[in-house]
Amino acid sequence: MTHDLADGGWHRLHPATPLLRGGIVLIAILGFVVANFRERLIDWLFGAPELPGDPLQTAYERGQLGWAALVVAGLLLLGIASFFLSWRLHTFRIGDDVVEVRSGVLFRTHRRARIDRIQGVAIDRPFFARLFGTARVDISVAGQDAKVQLAYLGGADADALRGEVLRLASGARAAEAQVDTAHPSPPGEREGIVNQRVRELLAPELDPSLAAPESVVKIPPGRLIGSLVLSGFTVMVVLAVALLLTTSMLGRREFLAFIVLPGLVAAIGYYVNRFTKTLRYSIAGTPDGIRVGSGLLSTNNDTLPPGRVHAIEVSQPLLWRPAGWWMIRINRAGAAGEATAQASTTMLPVGTIDDARRVLELLVPGMAGSETGRLVDAGLTARRGEGFTDAPRRARLLRPFSWRRTGFARGEAALLLRGGFVWRRLVVVPLARVQSIRVSQGPVRRGLGLAELTVHTVAGPVRPELAVVDREVAREQFEEWSAAVVIAIDSDRSHRWAERPDDERGRSDET
Amino acid sequence: MAAALISGQEWSRVSPRYVGVELVSSLITGLVLCGATVPFIVLGTWFGWPALAVAIVVAVLLLALAPRRVRAIGYRMRDDDLLFTRGIMFQRVVAVPYGRMQLIDVNRGPVARALGLAELKFVTAAASTGVTIPGLPEAEAAELRDRLVALAESRRAGL
Repeated sequence: MTHDLADGGWHRLHPATPLLRGGIVLIAILGFVVANFRERLIDWLFGAPELPGDPLQTAYERGQLGWAALVVAGLLLLGIASFFLSWRLHTFRIGDDVVEVRSGVLFRTHRRARIDRIQGVAIDRPFFARLFGTARVDISVAGQDAKVQLAYLGGADADALRGEVLRLASGARAAEAQVDTAHPSPPGEREGIVNQRVRELLAPELDPSLAAPESVVKIPPGRLIGSLVLSGFTVMVVLAVALLLTTSMLGRREFLAFIVLPGLVAAIGYYVNRFTKTLRYSIAGTPDGIRVGSGLLSTNNDTLPPGRVHAIEVSQPLLWRPAGWWMIRINRAGAAGEATAQASTTMLPVGTIDDARRVLELLVPGMAGSETGRLVDAGLTARRGEGFTDAPRRARLLRPFSWRRTGFARGEAALLLRGGFVWRRLVVVPLARVQSIRVSQGPVRRGLGLAELTVHTVAGPVRPELAVVDREVAREQFEEWSAAVVIAIDSDRSHRWAERPDDERGRSDET
Repeated sequence: MAAALISGQEWSRVSPRYVGVELVSSLITGLVLCGATVPFIVLGTWFGWPALAVAIVVAVLLLALAPRRVRAIGYRMRDDDLLFTRGIMFQRVVAVPYGRMQLIDVNRGPVARALGLAELKFVTAAASTGVTIPGLPEAEAAELRDRLVALAESRRAGL
């Protein structure tokens, strides 16, 4: 029962949308009212004691029951009608070049997003929506709050829509893409609706027929729990508890009940939330980009088309070092400042060094195996040198611990910046995504013959910078990098990743 | 003065009239600093008068260094990117490829407008790029903007 949503015409969202977007509250009120009436009926029939102060009773006594019922019914009908109307008026269209959404009853909005500017397509399935077999599709473009949200669509429709949007964005020709998107549809009609829901709930959050079947990384639940326990948050909790215990020793016991209990509940809530959100984590490469999915009850999965990763950071908090775990975060356009920013910028919540290597390979194609792969290994674990140009010894005045590891290297298409002694990190910036480069120095660095190199990318959790570099080296690298960035930008074709060079030529002739 | 980070012969410098804008803003900063010490003097705290002395020294330094600060601002249009530099104590040089332009702003503050100057802001997708060339004569600012837009158009790139 998949509809072709990308045929260029206007479509409506899933009929259950009004319910999922808050209409459920109305039903609850209706249920409450009906239940009350039922109680009243029983009372009248069996003569239960009368309760003073009951609004229904008061209304009944004053002979206004009819009016009260009418008002309640009227409000409910109005609510239901407005939800229905907003659903009727909320339409979307997938054209060849744009995605458009029209919505709103009193204040109409019409949003258009250019398909070749798409930064990612995410499908979220909150638990409640999953029960209805629906999903929310977020098509994000660069910019603050710049995304087209389609909430909610049927589960299969959402997957098909994503495939179609990405195909249009990739610039591939329709005919050749048809072959790989046409997957054998299971005979859904014969299956009962209950069975279908159960199957959907148990299915992996990536449609196996669309994604590469295997995630390159598997996180055992034990490791996930370990990573949560060994986090900065735990350190904070332990410190807070220690502080509270010492104050309670000094005789201020009343604090304990007021702070510890809510704090404990909040902390446990945080752990459980993080745990269920990252459970069943998977990351896989597909022809249309990297697909990251996770979640147990509410699942989400996000597709990042090629060339949409602006900077990558592989880092290792001190507490994770004995276990040898790493995490990977990225900068991407269109994710900064959003509520879901943390989730959508984390590419690997926790993993071994092999996992980190495999994810890096997905994020920067051609990373492992080659010369660059060796550099990555050096960047992660080496104490100094090994292909990286390090900061000079005099930098230890400014960076007493991390000066040994502070260094850089040039990969084939990326810059690698290494740093951190306590909190080891390696930042990889694809040259084609660099916005600008800065070299700077203050009085202290000038006195030491040092400088600072900063690479600007779109906003995000990763800050690519070298805090201490030899001044001559910095000057040289500034020239070299800025030249390399210009060349990389010129040869970058990832905004239309599947387009053939001859298509490109045809296109530029037209314009 | 120590050697510049990037060799300094071919920089296009901003208009010397921009010193006027710098002087006015230094004066305002100095007055605010001095004003902040007044309550302490009124309250009779021991550090009231020394604080005022420090504020005055800072203000005088700001005013005295204004011409050098303005001389340190420069830009250079290379084949594929724009270089921008400023700062004496805290010196920085930024290179932005033309294709990275998202938009260009031309702003004029009240003092700059009186002097016939404008400020050109080159905005990329990275908020931290921060390339703002102040003190351009208005005609030059408009011309530079048009040139930069044309260059960006010919080297159009994705994000």
